[in-house]
Amino acid sequence: MSIKTEVKKTKITSFIFLTILAIIWVTPMLWILSTAFKPESQAISWPIKWIPETFTTENFAAVLSNTNDAPILKWFANSLFIAVLHTIFILIIDSMAAFAYARLKFKGREVLFWTLMTTMMIPPVMNLIPTYSIVNKLGWIDTPWAMIIPGLGGVFGIFLLRQFFLNIPKELEEAAIIDGATTFQIYWKIILPLSKPALVVLALFTFMGNWNDFLWPLIATNSVEARTLPVGLAILQGTYNIQYAKMMAATVLSAIPVLILFLFTQRFFVKGISLSGIKG
Amino acid sequence: MEVKTTITQKVNLNTSKKSYKKLNVTPYLFIAPHLFFFSIFLVIPTFYGIYLSFHQWDFFTEPVFVGFQNFADLLFNKDSLYYADFWNAFGNTVLFVALSVPPLIIIPLLVAIAVDTKTWGNNLFRTIFYTPSLFSIATVALIWIWMLDTNAGLVNYYINKLGFENIPWLTDLPWAWVSLVVMTIWWTMGYNMLLFLAGLQDIPQHLYEAAKIDGANAFQRFFHVTLPGLKGTMFFVVIMTTIASFNLFGQPYMATKGGPGQDTVTLLMYIQRIGFGGGSPDAGVASAMAIIMGIFLSLVSIVQFKIMNRKDKSVT
Repeated sequence: MSIKTEVKKTKITSFIFLTILAIIWVTPMLWILSTAFKPESQAISWPIKWIPETFTTENFAAVLSNTNDAPILKWFANSLFIAVLHTIFILIIDSMAAFAYARLKFKGREVLFWTLMTTMMIPPVMNLIPTYSIVNKLGWIDTPWAMIIPGLGGVFGIFLLRQFFLNIPKELEEAAIIDGATTFQIYWKIILPLSKPALVVLALFTFMGNWNDFLWPLIATNSVEARTLPVGLAILQGTYNIQYAKMMAATVLSAIPVLILFLFTQRFFVKGISLSGIKG
Repeated sequence: MEVKTTITQKVNLNTSKKSYKKLNVTPYLFIAPHLFFFSIFLVIPTFYGIYLSFHQWDFFTEPVFVGFQNFADLLFNKDSLYYADFWNAFGNTVLFVALSVPPLIIIPLLVAIAVDTKTWGNNLFRTIFYTPSLFSIATVALIWIWMLDTNAGLVNYYINKLGFENIPWLTDLPWAWVSLVVMTIWWTMGYNMLLFLAGLQDIPQHLYEAAKIDGANAFQRFFHVTLPGLKGTMFFVVIMTTIASFNLFGQPYMATKGGPGQDTVTLLMYIQRIGFGGGSPDAGVASAMAIIMGIFLSLVSIVQFKIMNRKDKSVT
């Protein structure tokens, strides 16, 4: 058998395997879409219809106009505010620290950096209850700050950015120093502009992680108005109980923001995974 | 006497002047904001958690020191309120890890290899498989609660058509575990696939060509070129997936509510129930449980690391 026919054979086998699996993967997404556009009575009737007999947007209208026990737009606004602010803070704080650990010489640098790295080994579950207690003492329970601030102590962003900063050639910096640039100017005008890909990747991962977080916001919020979108969905499950068409309309709505974000930033996801030093 | 003092004073003056000159505060200003949050939300909680685990505390009154009581109650004291539920949750969690990790390694590995053949539409396939991992667990759970509904769900509809009876996917064993594993695979498979794909890019093509010239068939090439080449990635994926499965929470919290009975209550769920589940919370017991879980998790990671390291040596 020649190499060419063998390559063709593997390609065909792969294609069949992937197609079968892809059908399984796509089915749930198409099915919730189909359900969301059906009237409630038709949604649960057998035999099932993939294409809605009566096409309606009433479920979306009902879910969006419920501002009482399941205010999905409010939850969306909460999640957006929290994730955006958290991401901005992470970018500023982590890039500053990573710059110092990668580019500046100071006493205790190595010890400090490796202390930070060791804390990555601490399973987050161990900090759950004490963090709740601290946030509670700060009066942040049931406020956005509970989801925005505690994560700023994390070290992943510093690790990621430091790796990137270390690979930027020293010459640029040296030339700037001769021209009399301050340390802050080097950070702001040389290092940051050259690190855009790494910053975008960190921003995406931070945003997505914060946006999709479930256990912490579940614990750290109590009132319906203060919930984030994922925790809100858990409440909504009770509100609409077996009204599946409405529940699926809400599910579709909850999936749209991340899908839009992914559409515009797809290439960074793949890049990010190789960037995060995972392959080493 | 007098002379001596002046000399020391002089020396002191010198060193202090020198160190003043040498100590550049700028770097510390750059790391200060992070260190501030790091101290309050990582260092303090770690020690505070250990402190709490030796106390009885309801979040409001003064913590009461109880020594190793919380640990003993959870681990050994058969008459305690927590013993049976803790070991139940522990067993459930370990069961889920055992059920979910193998398919979460094997399926994405096969998919990554298939996508890596650059077959038709491989970019589309990659996107399809990755998409679910963009969703929050709440979104994923709602999707599958509907898919797996006993009386109206799509899965049972087709099972019915094949002539079988409706399966109580979320309310009976062993189906509840099957559902939780399926949900988890659907959710996170694409992420592991991307990791494997990145790892596959790093295997030099000439190794495959050399193996082909030596007459190795596809299976031999997989076991002697692909797998050893993915060693680093495999390390990472196995350990991270195990940790993620240990932290199972959202799926059973939403889809099975820990049921039937207490059969799918996991460690994280039980910690959440004890700490925040209403009634009389005990932050001490919850902290002790979190520490036991954390230590066990670290031990598992270390053992996995050791085993995979040893395997590697025997290959080379």
